Amino acid sequence: MKKLLGSFFVLMLLASACSTSDDGGEAGGDSFDRAAMLVNFADNIIIPSLQKFSTDITALDQATTAFTADANETNLLALRTAWSNAYLSWQAVGMFEIGKAEELSYRNFMNVFPVNAGNIDANITSESYDLGAVAAQDEQGFGALDYMINGLATADADIVAFYTDATNGSKYISYLTDLVDRMNNLTTEVLADWNGDYRATFVGNSGSSATSSVDKIANDFIFHYEKHLRAGKVGIPAGVFGTQTFDDKVEAFYKGDFSKALFNANLDAMQDFFNGKHFGSNATGESFKTYLDFLNTIKEGEDLAEIINNQFNLSRTTASGLDDSFTEQVRSNNNLMLNTYDELQKNVVHLKVDMLQAFSVRVDFVDADGD
Amino acid sequence: MDFSPKAYFHKHTEAAPLAVFRIFFGIMMLISIIRFWSYGWIDKLYIQPGFFFSYFGFDFVKPLGIYTYVIFAICGISALMVALGFKYRLAIITFFLSFTYIELMDKTTYLNHYYFISLLSFLMIFLPAHAYFSVDAWRKRKSFQQIPVWTIDVVKLLLGIVYFYAGLAKLNSDWLLKAMPLKIWLPSKYSIPLLGDLMQQEWIHYTFSYFGAVYDLTIPFLLLYKRTRIIAFVFVVAFHVLTRVLFPIGMFPYIMIVSTLIFFDANIHHKILGVIAKMIKINKEVFDTGKSWIGNQVRSRISVVLLSVFFAIQLLLPFRYWLYPGELFWTEEGFRFSWRVMLMEKAGYANFKIVDGQTGKRFYVDNDDFLTAFQQKQMATQPDFILQYAHYLKQHFENQGHQNVEIYVESYVALNGRLSSPYIDPNVDLGKQKESFKHKTWIIPFKDEIKGL
Repeated sequence: MKKLLGSFFVLMLLASACSTSDDGGEAGGDSFDRAAMLVNFADNIIIPSLQKFSTDITALDQATTAFTADANETNLLALRTAWSNAYLSWQAVGMFEIGKAEELSYRNFMNVFPVNAGNIDANITSESYDLGAVAAQDEQGFGALDYMINGLATADADIVAFYTDATNGSKYISYLTDLVDRMNNLTTEVLADWNGDYRATFVGNSGSSATSSVDKIANDFIFHYEKHLRAGKVGIPAGVFGTQTFDDKVEAFYKGDFSKALFNANLDAMQDFFNGKHFGSNATGESFKTYLDFLNTIKEGEDLAEIINNQFNLSRTTASGLDDSFTEQVRSNNNLMLNTYDELQKNVVHLKVDMLQAFSVRVDFVDADGD
Repeated sequence: MDFSPKAYFHKHTEAAPLAVFRIFFGIMMLISIIRFWSYGWIDKLYIQPGFFFSYFGFDFVKPLGIYTYVIFAICGISALMVALGFKYRLAIITFFLSFTYIELMDKTTYLNHYYFISLLSFLMIFLPAHAYFSVDAWRKRKSFQQIPVWTIDVVKLLLGIVYFYAGLAKLNSDWLLKAMPLKIWLPSKYSIPLLGDLMQQEWIHYTFSYFGAVYDLTIPFLLLYKRTRIIAFVFVVAFHVLTRVLFPIGMFPYIMIVSTLIFFDANIHHKILGVIAKMIKINKEVFDTGKSWIGNQVRSRISVVLLSVFFAIQLLLPFRYWLYPGELFWTEEGFRFSWRVMLMEKAGYANFKIVDGQTGKRFYVDNDDFLTAFQQKQMATQPDFILQYAHYLKQHFENQGHQNVEIYVESYVALNGRLSSPYIDPNVDLGKQKESFKHKTWIIPFKDEIKGL
């Protein structure tokens, strides 16, 4: 008996020791197929969005080359269009700060705003800068391009003049080229990783540990929603976190009338991701929404997915009354900005509290023992 | 047989079970400290945060910066000394004080398991756990093979309370009628080998819930009764290993498994000690003196009185929640120190608003500026945390030169799968509220009802 007890004890200890490993089990039967959800995320949303963005970045690169070869107002306009297109498609990409993107701090090197115009000017003049430095994140990316093609002067002719200037023109050209090269290189690297090994890693890591893809992508999604969409694009300019408003801390500040379009693009992309909507098509696949629906068949609670979608829609409706330029909106009637913020805020609660509870996913997983 | 209390307190039994208990307890604690240290948790939990949540009345207990490591070192060394039975009283008192100090530093990390360790080590201060098979006994050439039976029974009693009260706490409608929170937790364990798919089944959620409740309520008795003891121990191992597989509960399952060995007869413990003696190449027989521990009679009597009070408190404290209105799971007034383990899946969100009382100007706080993710998680669902943090924010912004600072919180909490709902009255200036053991009237009452204990 004692021997039996002993071997039983050892067996159980072994079982528990093994359990800490986490290598994505097979989901089957009548349970939700999380691996299928990850496949949908990767193949139908993340990779296609990145490919589209990469194409737009290439176009931006070509427009930059054309402009630097021949700096005139026509080429500036073409460059601006390429920049706008890429900036819009970026809104469907920035939230996927996972894998290579996380490793590179892709989002922060691509789109920190407001940028530091003083530092950018200094970089151009001194010709000594390291765009790879974290401290230089607000001297590059879409915001820095915004300054370079929209913010140097009011009239287009005066902007072009910076690049044709006999003494300093070449410095502006090389900084502009460096900015676009860096964005191009980062994007190529991120996309290459997804096209290479990372897709399999992402899809295969379908377990339930804190480092599993489901946990990470859920946390990344909420982080982006809270910090970048809610706070970055709306809350901070509206002065939610300080005692005054900041009309200069909006996205695409120098362009002026573009901040609302970027906000809407990001809001749409986030809701589409939530619903598992394929990029560039109306088809849908397994997603947070269908996962919530599945869990609700066990729990029989309120329809959380519907509540979240309604709140997304309400945020969009409220934001539709905003000026194309959030700078203008903050100056003329900040209350409308605050109303939009309030609607966005409500979904933070649904996503971060209710959805994560339903998924049993920890917020920014804390590595400590539980009861 | 004389069953009078007096006779009971003079009755002696083999010392081996308590010696084995002491050794395993010390080793488990030493491993726990090393594990905690090696994971970098000392730095992460006690050094990096800029702010710590104190227990009411223990504001003075704070981490000591880099010297926090010293407390852990002291705690680990004393645990080793306990295991060895070397300068036992000093060691166990040091262990109790250092361990309890660590637990009091920040209530963010509160776990019932840690509270259990504090209580157990306090109890052990009064027990002659070093009478037998210890360095102390060997050095002084004074080994006692027999000790008062009550000194073993109190450990069984404490273990019994922990289990039984944990079982009582499960007798509520969420646990029994809705299989909550297991219905949330188990489906997320889909990737566990063999069991993953089962975890999606509703009947499993209910089976686990009922098994857990029955297990907790009956296991102390099954362990006490000789004929069911072995099967009870099999259940102990199976239960705790299963919890270890399913949930991140660290060392606790192993601690409970070795602790329950104390319920067994002395011959098993003699065998265990025999194995240990062989491993470290000592002669166990030098300890087998047949002598009885008498101890200091006055001290012994004081111990008995003290421990009687201790156990009376243990039996009553979990019921203190009856003194508060509202749903216990929601308000958490009287929730801690009551063996309410794994009863709730609770998540919250707390958004603090700083208002200038005169101008009405307001702004929101980014909690990341002040709290770690772990602290934020704990803070958002517990009113005493919210209040303490509000006071801290008030002080912080006043020091920054803000005037007429008023603190409001917009907060939402979701409990056991219910949709989140407002938690704290958003119109109450928390800066003006005082912490106390009284009911916090600014908690918005729970909308649903959870029946039961």
